[in-house]
Amino acid sequence: MTGRFGAIGGISIGLVLLLLGVAVAFSVGRFPISVSDLGIALWSKLIGQPSGLPPAVDAVIFNIRGPRVLAAILCGAALAVAGAAFQGLFRNPLVSPDILGASSGAALGAIAGIFFSLGVLAIQALAFGGGLVAVALVYLIGTSIRSGDIALVLVLTGVVIGSLLGAGVGLLKYLADPYNQLPAMTFWLLGSLAGTDRNDLLPLFGPIALGTAALLALRWRMNVMSLPEDEARALGLATGPLRFAIIAAATLVTSASVAAAGIIGWVGLIVPHMARFLVGPEFGRLVPTAALLGGGYLLLIDTLARSAAQVEIPLGILTAVIGTPVFIWLLVSARKSWS
Amino acid sequence: MTLAAHDLSFGYPGHSVGAGVSVKVAPGEALALLGPNGGGKTTLLKTMLGLLKPLGGIVTLDGQRLADLSVGERARRIGYVPQAHAGAFAFAVRDVVLMGRTAHQGLFASPTAADRAVVETKLDELGIADLADRPYTMISGGERQLVLIARALAQEPRHVVLDEPTASLDFGNQGKVMRQIQLLTGRGLGVLFTTHDPNQAMRYAHRVALLGGGRLLAEGAPADVLSVAALSGLYGSHVSAVQQQDTTVFLPN
Repeated sequence: MTGRFGAIGGISIGLVLLLLGVAVAFSVGRFPISVSDLGIALWSKLIGQPSGLPPAVDAVIFNIRGPRVLAAILCGAALAVAGAAFQGLFRNPLVSPDILGASSGAALGAIAGIFFSLGVLAIQALAFGGGLVAVALVYLIGTSIRSGDIALVLVLTGVVIGSLLGAGVGLLKYLADPYNQLPAMTFWLLGSLAGTDRNDLLPLFGPIALGTAALLALRWRMNVMSLPEDEARALGLATGPLRFAIIAAATLVTSASVAAAGIIGWVGLIVPHMARFLVGPEFGRLVPTAALLGGGYLLLIDTLARSAAQVEIPLGILTAVIGTPVFIWLLVSARKSWS
Repeated sequence: MTLAAHDLSFGYPGHSVGAGVSVKVAPGEALALLGPNGGGKTTLLKTMLGLLKPLGGIVTLDGQRLADLSVGERARRIGYVPQAHAGAFAFAVRDVVLMGRTAHQGLFASPTAADRAVVETKLDELGIADLADRPYTMISGGERQLVLIARALAQEPRHVVLDEPTASLDFGNQGKVMRQIQLLTGRGLGVLFTTHDPNQAMRYAHRVALLGGGRLLAEGAPADVLSVAALSGLYGSHVSAVQQQDTTVFLPN
């Protein structure tokens, strides 16, 4: 076998880790919720009966911690799925979901929103739109350059456009009010789920569900798309439209995640490796496994972020601190799973 | 039932590689494309696969213009065996061969039981059934080449096109791969392959085409086309021949 486990084994492991993460996330914090209370509250909600728990417990579960837990799972799953898709599409295991500029576009949108003192919703919308526009731009430029390996040209274009957008972000930070705006910008750029509430969930869930469903539907084609361009075409794939569909779907889920939580690096890079380590590179198995692992992983990180210190630790810092050693360990021990 | 190039000009947009080439591959017949590095062999191959648009002339498949066929239709009729490469991800050998079934499936489909049965048959035919669960990245170069041939056969094509099938293989594996290619023509497939070795062309091909500087220098039965003079001219370097009973062996000097 190319992975350590089959599809059912890998998905089961992902599911168990995710449920474990949920239990830990609810039981850690200023107002710990036990697993039994969580179960009672969810069951009562499901059958429409009053739970008999103190109102504060219900409020924490459904209005405060619950939305944040769900958002962490959704963002983690989104980044992991997009990372797996891009790594396959670009035939490169070192690619992350923001390789085509989704994060830099979203960052410029959000920073501009903060700079012009817009509301939270407008900032999120600008971030989401900024990510989509940036990737569309990279795609248009990349595909109109008709020379060499299209995958390589797209990645290089993404890097170039990304650094241009980064210059825009730098300029706005330089011009921003250092007392009111700059801290908010910095915090956004490092990623956080601290402000998540129930209203954030639908705009997060919709694009992520849509993009992930598209990638799952194309799972077998994605296997073939991870071959060199000529081979994929000789095997009967219309590579142009398929590449567009995969990039669109992966960008949709990445942008939704970045709009809700800011820039969280590393998750989309290392979680696909963990998933490949478990179930191998076949996308029918890889996508669901990566989604479950990514959800559980970011939930764990977010639980640490809000409980490890007196103040919230930005997610991007934790993912980097944890991601680096994990990645090095993966390089050393699981190299066979991708090289 | 033939794959044919008619007065074909080929190359990349704005960069012509060759012109005036007419060759054809009939069912049950192997055509070897022989020529020096940079002579346009691979470019001609890619044009005959429909991966590159002809700059002039046409490629026909069973009497139809190749360009008029959909990419899926082409894949159901021509199998492509690229030079063996390591691959970026550790797909199981069975999954690599299953990818050959892609053109027989719908857009959102996964391989069916029937697809899997075809794959097992092809793995058996090539004698690599024992590799089925191994990661493609962890097998030898010769084994990879056999896996790629199995993948092309899983396409259930009428023609198979191979790009230097024995490049970078050791002596034993070269023989193994070439014998498999010989079996393909025995099953009625049309085979087109490029090679650097005139002896392979002599031994395994029914027809040989010499391609130098983007031009077709000679085309015909190996015994008629392959000679010391023709090869010396083709490679721009002296070639000698050793006669052993009724076999001629060419040696580079």
